[in-house]
Amino acid sequence: MEKVLMKGNEALGEAAMRAGCKCFFGYPITPQTELSAYLAKHMAKRGGAFLQAESEIAAVNMVLGASSCGVRAMTSSSSPGISLKSEGISYIAGSDLPCVIVNVQRGGPGLGGIQPSQSDYWQATKALGHGDFQLLVYAPASVQETVDMTFKAFDEADRYRMPAMILSDGLLGQMMEPVMFPDIVPDIPEKPWACCGHKNKREHNIINSLYLKPDELENSVLERYKRYDAVKRECTDAEAYLCDDAEIVITAYGASARVAKSAVNAAREKGIKAGLFRPKTLYPYPVNEINEACQSAKTVLSVEMSMGQMVDDVKLALNCRIPVEFFGRTGGIIPTPSEVLEKIESLNERSR
Amino acid sequence: MLTEIIFSGFGGQGILFAGKCLAYSAMILGAEISWLPSYGPEMRGGTANCSVCISDEPIGSPLVTEPDILIAMNTPSFDKFEPAVKPEGVIIVDSNMTERKSQRKDINCFYVPAAQIAQENELAGMANIILLGKLIKECPDKLNGVTAETAEKAFRKIIPVSREAMILKNISALTLGMTC
Repeated sequence: MEKVLMKGNEALGEAAMRAGCKCFFGYPITPQTELSAYLAKHMAKRGGAFLQAESEIAAVNMVLGASSCGVRAMTSSSSPGISLKSEGISYIAGSDLPCVIVNVQRGGPGLGGIQPSQSDYWQATKALGHGDFQLLVYAPASVQETVDMTFKAFDEADRYRMPAMILSDGLLGQMMEPVMFPDIVPDIPEKPWACCGHKNKREHNIINSLYLKPDELENSVLERYKRYDAVKRECTDAEAYLCDDAEIVITAYGASARVAKSAVNAAREKGIKAGLFRPKTLYPYPVNEINEACQSAKTVLSVEMSMGQMVDDVKLALNCRIPVEFFGRTGGIIPTPSEVLEKIESLNERSR
Repeated sequence: MLTEIIFSGFGGQGILFAGKCLAYSAMILGAEISWLPSYGPEMRGGTANCSVCISDEPIGSPLVTEPDILIAMNTPSFDKFEPAVKPEGVIIVDSNMTERKSQRKDINCFYVPAAQIAQENELAGMANIILLGKLIKECPDKLNGVTAETAEKAFRKIIPVSREAMILKNISALTLGMTC
């Protein structure tokens, strides 16, 4: 397979089709637009359905409908649009339906701005809607990883019957990098629960998220949380870079991890023992992996394009065993490697 | 070795396209590359720039803040990015679009009347590729081996076969840039 140069957004669209996504429903918003534009151009030609809905809310509910029929379905948006989708996402989770939701994050709150941001971490990992539920959350840091994680997101969503999110951002969506598409024939599991017509040969299936009896609702939630336990055991993924002897471990995901890696390399050149821990899954959070990566760490620094959101999970995962510091820029500003290096140097001074 | 480049100018001048051609050329040669556009509500006439990184190792931050090489196609972007260019760096300016000269003594600045050359050779709108040609000529050791031939291959990858005339125009513009 030849390497091609593609934008993160377009590559994600291509990967979705190759992963067997047959239905895409969306509504335009910057900086996600190239994704829906790409699918608008290609999906119908390749046996799928692309529909620009009348709103984000309509789009996410169309995903619910398509997924109920056992079809691989996807929607995408950027931050304010994801907020609009949150009701539907909660219904999807409550109905135990698999699907993929893409958030190409931009600055917030409110309409915010259109430049890259990571300020939807809490939303993605803690509360993408009301009720007790989680999404699988994947955090790619390159165009290639965006592609690989899109395949994975569809597979794992089907396996655990839960929605999966690709948490991208304006930088990863807009940038072009060389990318290769694996030659995979999607292995879509049987979905005996789907409402896809049965010619009276079986009992009819019901897709529902309404349980008026509390004990029935509690049981449905408990069953779902058993699957989350399995997800926590089986789905965590992370990269540890130069962490073996690192005294300062930077934690960062997605675009900010790219910046942090440059800063870590610069710090190493100055003789500072710095490393980078990069979660690739944000839910489930790679708790064991981070503890392993921080074995020789005296300080941990969370670098984010937000006011500090993942830093909470870092502290929880490390059980506050090691001091955890924070550095971030927000509102659409991408931190520079030299800013992060400065912070590393000041932490290094302090620990001497 | 990592080379960081900023292409900058007005929207509509082909800033993003020139950056993409360079990135593609380097990719063909097996280099690690990234291309990151400025994006926003501005269209033709607004400011536009893109960051291109070329390296033999995986690229960290794709956002270039201190470029080794700057291509500036108007005064605002020349003013904005000139101070950020690294010492020993290179600036290539379309001298038809800005009258100012760089005062810096620690960089190499080339002034190319690219818009005029394009006009005179019936290549209107291809000042961007003329400047790309100049870049390939002046910085052979910084671009991971990119040559006019690899750029030509890149044009053929990026521009559809049905627009062969456009491919040939780009090659002409590149050649002009290599000779000025």
